[in-house]
Amino acid sequence: MSNVLISARGLKIRFGGVIAADGIDLDVLEGENLAIIGPNGAGKTTFLNMTTGYLRPQAGSVSFLGKDITALPPRTITKLGVARAFQIPQLFLEQTVMENMLMSAAARTGQMTGFRRLMDLPERAEMEALLDLVGVRAFADRRTFELPEGQRKLVDIALALALKPRVLLMDEPTSGVASAEKMGIMDILTNALKQQKVSSVFVEHDMEMVERYASRVAVWSSGKIQIVGPPSEVLQNAEVRAHVIGI
Amino acid sequence: MARLSNLHRVLIAIAIAASIIVPALLPSWTTLVTLILAKGIVVLGIIILLQAGQVSFGHAMFFGLGAYSVAFWGKYLGTGDLLLYIVIAPVVATLVGALVGVFVVRYREIFFGMLNLAFSMVLWSLLEKLYHFTNGADGIRVARPTIAGMAFPPETFQYLLLYITLALALVASFAVQRYLDSPLGHMLKAIKTNETRLEYLGVSARKVLLIGYIISAFLGGLGGALVTVAQQIATPEFAFWTKSGEFVFIAILGGTANAAGAFAGAAMFEIVRFLAAAKLANAWQLILGVVLIVIIMFAPSGLIGLLKRGAASEGKR
Ligand SMILES: Nc1ncnc2c1ncn2[C@@H]1O[C@H](COP(=O)(O)OP(=O)(O)O)[C@@H](O)[C@H]1O
Ligand SMILES: [Mg+2]
Repeated sequence: MSNVLISARGLKIRFGGVIAADGIDLDVLEGENLAIIGPNGAGKTTFLNMTTGYLRPQAGSVSFLGKDITALPPRTITKLGVARAFQIPQLFLEQTVMENMLMSAAARTGQMTGFRRLMDLPERAEMEALLDLVGVRAFADRRTFELPEGQRKLVDIALALALKPRVLLMDEPTSGVASAEKMGIMDILTNALKQQKVSSVFVEHDMEMVERYASRVAVWSSGKIQIVGPPSEVLQNAEVRAHVIGI
Repeated sequence: MARLSNLHRVLIAIAIAASIIVPALLPSWTTLVTLILAKGIVVLGIIILLQAGQVSFGHAMFFGLGAYSVAFWGKYLGTGDLLLYIVIAPVVATLVGALVGVFVVRYREIFFGMLNLAFSMVLWSLLEKLYHFTNGADGIRVARPTIAGMAFPPETFQYLLLYITLALALVASFAVQRYLDSPLGHMLKAIKTNETRLEYLGVSARKVLLIGYIISAFLGGLGGALVTVAQQIATPEFAFWTKSGEFVFIAILGGTANAAGAFAGAAMFEIVRFLAAAKLANAWQLILGVVLIVIIMFAPSGLIGLLKRGAASEGKR
């Protein structure tokens, strides 16, 4: 059996009248690409917020490699090896793509120095290769606010990959990307993940993407997990087809 | 922004030449140029914090701490040495900066600005009220220190102080510019644009800001010591909020994108005040006020930004 990376148990959180998590139990396993699907407002992003320390669950716990991380802040959880890419890209908009990347590299390697130029860090070639891998190397010297949404999304993912995490959580990596390009991007991404031996969790709305790239699927519905299993099984489930996929 | 641009080289050369030539031709300007350079050093600290989008309305507290470190040394331990002063003053400011910093870096924007203001007002009140130690509003006179153990006559001392201040200003500018280009400097800018992402890179934004804050306190203390020695007095005014406002004013005037702005702003500010005060009594505030309005409305990147734009259009022709 594969190693358990992230383990969530009994997560509960409520915002006023909305119960965004109502007893979530889920393990993220080493080497898998776990897709999270479910309607808008089901609590998918909230789950990522709780597993990365952005939100503290009102009940339940999260552990990473057996260590309790429920009350830790995002920066500590990140340091342990859990990286995140966002539904809306979170970039440093006044700086170039390369500067963004090198900050991530500096954070990873602990080069918190004031004496050396960021652009002279030895990780520069590595970051160039990473940008190449996700297909945005041509934008390296452009400031991130000048980039089209799709490319920003990719830089956001590259920033997370630059941390060399054990597991990468991605919130709708292909939303905002033209549907013609989705497949290409997911190919690139799953390739990069495999190459760097990074396990992943990705929230996705496009069932074609789920079918093609997920090794396991969890279906969210009103703060609960309705069903978890291999895509072939889950996507054929009558209830899932009716309520989530809408067939 | 890679290495120094040609424009920067030219500006630096002009600044050095002007700092040496002007006082040689016009001795009455010697102290003025020293003040410009010393205040520029303080404003470097303001520029550091502005990278993170934070405005301190209390930075005069470090300027005042630097000044009173010198004044107290002179008052209680006897006249010291300039080289001693420029070590002690920034060390005191740095230590206090580290203490105050731990509190203020938890806050952002208006709260950051006001908390700094509050701390600086505490210091100002102490300087005003502890008359027995500080002479209150009268301030403490500061005798001309020795330099490396040697005493100099006033005219010679003036020039030596100028050259030492110039050297310190150059070192401080290069060090600050390097810092702004470094990972820590870039992360300061990241606090302004996306603190959440910074935390999600595994970086403590508070720690990054605290380092910037401590460096800016150091610079405030150094500048305060130099101004006190140049003016031969320390008064509570040095730590008053209007002084803090003046530093922020100079930073915006000069441009906050890089270290050069601090000195361009300080030169403009002090020269207008010097010339206008002599001829137009209190009109200098009016003139500077109008200049700042024009800068904010038409050249938000400050005097240095204007020069860059000029150089760019020159290049196109
Ligand atoms: N920080 C918050 N404050 C208040 N309500 C929130 C917050 N985060 C999420 N919610 C609510 O919780 C529910 C689940 O949201 P979310 O996790 O973003 O859904 P999903 O990502 O599945 O679309 C929604 O009703 C949303 O409005
Ligand atoms: Mg969401």
